[in-house]
Amino acid sequence: MIFWKLFYTFCKIGIFNFGGGYAMIALIQNEVVEKQAWMTTQEFTDIMAVSQMTPGPIGINVATYAGYTAVVNAGYDPWLGVAGAFLASFSVILLPFILMLLLAHYLLKHKENKDLKNVFSSLRITVLGLIAAAALLLATPDNFGSWSQSPLQFCLSIAIFLIVFLLSLKKKISPILLILMSGVVGFMVYGI
Amino acid sequence: MAGYFELFWSFFKIGSFTLGGGFAMIPLMEKELVQQKRWLSKEEFLDLLSISQAMPGVFAVNMATSIGYRLRGKTGAVMSVLGNILVPILTILVLAMFFRYFRDNAVVESIFKGIRPCVVALIAAPVFTMAKNAGLSWRNCWIPLVAAALIWLLGVSPVLIIIIAGIGGFVYGRIKDKKEAAA
Repeated sequence: MIFWKLFYTFCKIGIFNFGGGYAMIALIQNEVVEKQAWMTTQEFTDIMAVSQMTPGPIGINVATYAGYTAVVNAGYDPWLGVAGAFLASFSVILLPFILMLLLAHYLLKHKENKDLKNVFSSLRITVLGLIAAAALLLATPDNFGSWSQSPLQFCLSIAIFLIVFLLSLKKKISPILLILMSGVVGFMVYGI
Repeated sequence: MAGYFELFWSFFKIGSFTLGGGFAMIPLMEKELVQQKRWLSKEEFLDLLSISQAMPGVFAVNMATSIGYRLRGKTGAVMSVLGNILVPILTILVLAMFFRYFRDNAVVESIFKGIRPCVVALIAAPVFTMAKNAGLSWRNCWIPLVAAALIWLLGVSPVLIIIIAGIGGFVYGRIKDKKEAAA
C-alpha cells in the first residue's frame, strides 16, 4: 500500500535528518529513488530545482513534491497524489515535532551536556559526507548526458556544473538566479 | 502575549516570503518575533535556534515548533508550524500538478537540460561552505569521506551512517574523558 509506505518512509527521513535541507536530500534520494524506485534520478533532480525556486523550507518542498509524484507515478489518480503530497509533508514533520515538544525543555536545561555535544559534533561532520554522496549520486548521464550520445550536452553540462559550483563557493549568488540562468542557457542551446 | 492567530500570521508571513530554504528564514524570524513583536528576547531566540538546529527534522519547522511551544504551548506550536508551511506546500503542489503536463514539452525539456547540472552543483557546494561551521579538520576529514564512499559506492543507507556517527561521537567523547581523567 503506497500511502502506508509513504508515511513510514517520510517518518524515517524526518527523524534521521540532522543538518538541514541539503542533508535531507541525501536521505530522500536514497529512500525515494534507490530503495522504493518511486521516481527516476532525473525526476528527482527536477524536483530539487523546483523546490529551491519556491518559498519555504527545502525539506518540506521536496517531501510535498515527492509525495505527489510517487503516488501519481504508481498509477493513481492525481487527486490521490494531492493526498500523497500532504501525507509526505505531515510524516516528515511528525516525529521531530513530537520530539521537540518532549525534549525542548530538557535540551535547554542541559545544553552544556558533554555527551550531547559530542554526538552533535560527530553528526555535523558526518552530514557533510551525506551531502557529498547525494551530489555524487546525482552526477549521472541522466542529468549530464553522456559523451558517446551527445558530446555537446556532456561538455556543456560539465561547464555549467563547474561555473555554478565555483560561483556558489566564492560569491554569495542566489541559487534561484543560478537556476534561472542555467535554464536560459539550456533553452538557447537545446531549445532553439 | 501572542494570540494563536497572531502566531499563525507571523509564521505565515515568514514561510510565504522566504526563498532559499529554512536558514534564509532566520533573519526574518528575528526581525518579526524579537524586534517587532518582542515576544522573545535575543538570548531566548538564540537558545531556541541552537536546539532547532541540533534536533532532527526540517530546521524551519523545528524553529516554528519550539517558538510556538515556548509562547503558547502545544496549540501554539501547531499554529506556528501550519502557518509556516501552508503556502510552500500549496505552491509546490500546484507546480507539481502542472509540471506533469509540461514535462514532455520540448522547450521545458531543453530548459531542464541546462538546469540539472546546476542543481547538482548547488548540492555539492554546501559540502564545502558548511565544512568550517561543522568543525572539519585534517584529523576528522576521513569521517565524511568514508561516509560518502559507503553511500555512493556501496549503497549503504544514510540512516545507518547517521546512527553509527551518533553512537561513535558518544563513545569517542567518553573514551577521551577517561584518558584525560587518567592523565
